[in-house]
Amino acid sequence: MTDVQTLDRVVIRFAGDSGDGMQLTGERFTADSAVVGNDFATLPNFPAEIRAPQGTIAGVSSFQLHFANSDIRTPGDRPDVLVAMNPAALKANFDDLKRGGVLIADTAEFTRRNLARVGYAVNPLDDGLLTDYQVHRVDLTGLTMACLAEFDLGRKEASRAKNMFALGLLTWLYTRPAEHTLNLLDARFAASPKLRDSNKAAFLAGHAYGETTESFAVRYEVGAAPVPAGTYRQVSGNKALALGLMAGAVKAGLPLFLGAYPITPASDVLHELSKATDQGVTTFQAEDEIAAAGAALGASYAGALGVTSTSGPGLALKSETISLAVMLEQPLVVCDIQRAGPSTGMPTKTEQADLSQALYGRHGEAPVPVLAAQSPADCFATAVEAVRIALVYRTPVIVLSDSYLANGAEPWLIPDLAAIEPIDPGFATEPNGPDGSFWPYARDERLARALALPGTPGLEHRIGGLEKADGSGEISYAPDNHDLMVRLRQAKVDGIVADVPDLVVDDPSGEAEVLVLGWGSSWGPIGAAARRVREAGRSVAVAHLRHLNPLPANTGDVLRAYRRVVVPEMNLGQLAALLRAKYLVDVRSFARVRGLPISAAELAAHLNDVIDRKDAQ
Amino acid sequence: MSIGLAGIPLAPTPTQRKDFVSDQEVRWCPGCGDYAVLAAFQSLMPELGIARQNTVIVSGIGCSSRFPYYVDTYGMHSIHGRAPAIATGVAMARPDLAVWVMTGDGDALSIGGNHLIHALRRNVNITIVLFNNRIYGLTKGQFSPTSERGKITKSSPTGSVDRPFDPVTLALGAEASFVARTIDSDRSHLMSVLRAAVEHRGASLVEIYQNCPIFNAGAFDHLKQADSPALLPLEHGRPVVFADDRLAVTRGDDGRLAVRSRCDVDEASIVVHDAHSPDAGLAFQLAQLASSSDWPAAPIGIFRSVERAVFDDEARRRVSMPPDRQAALQKLVAGRETWTVL
Repeated sequence: MTDVQTLDRVVIRFAGDSGDGMQLTGERFTADSAVVGNDFATLPNFPAEIRAPQGTIAGVSSFQLHFANSDIRTPGDRPDVLVAMNPAALKANFDDLKRGGVLIADTAEFTRRNLARVGYAVNPLDDGLLTDYQVHRVDLTGLTMACLAEFDLGRKEASRAKNMFALGLLTWLYTRPAEHTLNLLDARFAASPKLRDSNKAAFLAGHAYGETTESFAVRYEVGAAPVPAGTYRQVSGNKALALGLMAGAVKAGLPLFLGAYPITPASDVLHELSKATDQGVTTFQAEDEIAAAGAALGASYAGALGVTSTSGPGLALKSETISLAVMLEQPLVVCDIQRAGPSTGMPTKTEQADLSQALYGRHGEAPVPVLAAQSPADCFATAVEAVRIALVYRTPVIVLSDSYLANGAEPWLIPDLAAIEPIDPGFATEPNGPDGSFWPYARDERLARALALPGTPGLEHRIGGLEKADGSGEISYAPDNHDLMVRLRQAKVDGIVADVPDLVVDDPSGEAEVLVLGWGSSWGPIGAAARRVREAGRSVAVAHLRHLNPLPANTGDVLRAYRRVVVPEMNLGQLAALLRAKYLVDVRSFARVRGLPISAAELAAHLNDVIDRKDAQ
Repeated sequence: MSIGLAGIPLAPTPTQRKDFVSDQEVRWCPGCGDYAVLAAFQSLMPELGIARQNTVIVSGIGCSSRFPYYVDTYGMHSIHGRAPAIATGVAMARPDLAVWVMTGDGDALSIGGNHLIHALRRNVNITIVLFNNRIYGLTKGQFSPTSERGKITKSSPTGSVDRPFDPVTLALGAEASFVARTIDSDRSHLMSVLRAAVEHRGASLVEIYQNCPIFNAGAFDHLKQADSPALLPLEHGRPVVFADDRLAVTRGDDGRLAVRSRCDVDEASIVVHDAHSPDAGLAFQLAQLASSSDWPAAPIGIFRSVERAVFDDEARRRVSMPPDRQAALQKLVAGRETWTVL
């Protein structure tokens, strides 16, 4: 019997060719982590090319999973375990593996040709390079083919099941129940008994391999994390975003209309909503990003909840439509799933560099509320909030997510929709102007304009991109009126601050002199870094912004209460620059633009330096 | 009621032309062809019998795109070129609205060309009225995508190099289900074409030859003289003859269409117009007479009117609203694989 050792946390990275099924393997292992009650966070990382040449560094796809018996925030900086399906996967990922970590490599793929292709002169599995690591050389391909001999599959088809062999082995190694994967394979391949049975056989063979060979001296166990009671599921950011948009539509009592054009990494929002035709959701795959925004604006004008989803380059194309929505004062929700830019940049990698575009990327004085989600599951609540602001204030709203949140997954305490406040779109049905006329630009106490839907008798009126007279909405070129309208549109967006909760600072010791202020997906790494700093006996305060425009009312006071403020961002300091300009506080930027989440270890080291006054002054 | 307007509520009491006149002062130049189109439109609206509040006019940018301000219905003056995209959203969201797009040659064919062809190929139930004055008027006189080659303007002092688009052949190439052309000076033809267009279910494109008296004056004068030999009215099922029956369109041995003197041709060789033909070949050939014939013949009327699946109708058919939306969404939010922590 192999010993079982209990661990607090493990980071595993599965890496292979983009056709090796690494994403599926990772997702499956994640689902099992959920079943045993671990907290977890994931980081899928794949090339933009659908099938880059086999065995090349460019074609390596990986999936990292961090699971733990406590509350965790990030998918982990460095894996404890690396599963490398070929030399390219090893080469691309080896530097990240923790010293002393576990490497499981498929020896069948370490051929002279494959090694040469990625520049290994000698086989790294054989030379001294790996002496500091626990290396398991397993002929995954050969063993898989052997166990599938009876299935009458082609060579290629049989070897394709090697990811299931690897999953079986890992399932055994981490003392996970096998039944869930077996059930899933039953369901997934119900239509093809041969594939179902061969995949199950490969999975079980991997499991048995762990048990019968003696190459693994210990098995590991990671206990359940203490979390609030309730029913959970796992959710990715894009799925949570789609569900949040639907929840907003339900709460407002409006049909949902999404206009979208396919773009990585936002397409899954379109996919998710396209599946929801039985929930009153209409999706429109437009001819381009501009039409996607235009149709959403048209649907909004006609009384639907108009939404458009995209990534950075698409947001640029939509900016003229967003400006029109500002001028019309028409609700519109714009979701930007950020990726590394500019231009095509690194379309499957993450970044937070569209903040300035979201805040300022329009012509004229065109203020737009901007919100950002902090974790995959938080995309849900952020979307609901965006819908509320758009409808109540008659304004376009930009929601920022990013590739890391979009594709990453975490456990999600399933929300009770009944507990979400209803949203009143408050459409006009009666004349509100002199002599029974309708004034579309008469405002309520929030400065939100009167909005009458086409089809409403007696309220016929015209709106447009031309400047309009305060109240009546008639075309006006009067200088003072334009000055007034520009200020009113700004004041309306500024006034949303009344609905924005104050910034909450987390400082358990109450003695911190250094504040880390984040926004968006840097929430995870910031929390993990702060924990490291605190575990080492130092004090650090943490606060996180959901609302980027308007900022919470107490932001300036919070910033001024600390000796030093550090703003970590996956851009060159866009929020930091804004805070410096707005509050005249000497905010310091911690900028990383590597297409990956900020490293918690690196940030923690930097924070220690700042706390110890060793950072450059 | 026609199928194009099916699903749109009727006016409880008959409306009149003046009900469609807004309180805004019309600000087109004196003599602009847009006035004639506005008047024809406002005369047509009461005849359609639909409720005033269920008409939406979406326009882009340009002189003609000021149109919605002058009609007392719902309307949106939007972005240069984007009106078909916005109107697509309006039409998809609401089957009870008659949706019009008012656009010009620059708006529809240059900056908005992409949206135009996609609205046409999808066959969204909207009526697109393209005011073609063959010039950029609002920006004070640059050549447009329908200006003839060699056009001398402020931006082309040595003559434009571009070959022009023919909006009709472009629309036919995009597989539009309804394509027509009319002219601002012929009120009854204008009204009958607009009526046929709005009563057609699907995307209708109506090109209107429209005079810009300031920057391209007289561009269509050769078509406006009485008995003009150049104006070629098309009527479905009728032989294509014009100029007081002196001229006829015939199909030659090479399969091409040609304009011939009627007394020189055999009656049987005269082309009979078929707007309902499933393929657009004849319509396309007729349209090309305007540019490829030795005669400067401009066919007007309905080139093509065929039934095919309507995009917004089909899209709506796929969507259903559950009786208890919150309960239905709660189920979706819960997902399939869950675990419970006690």
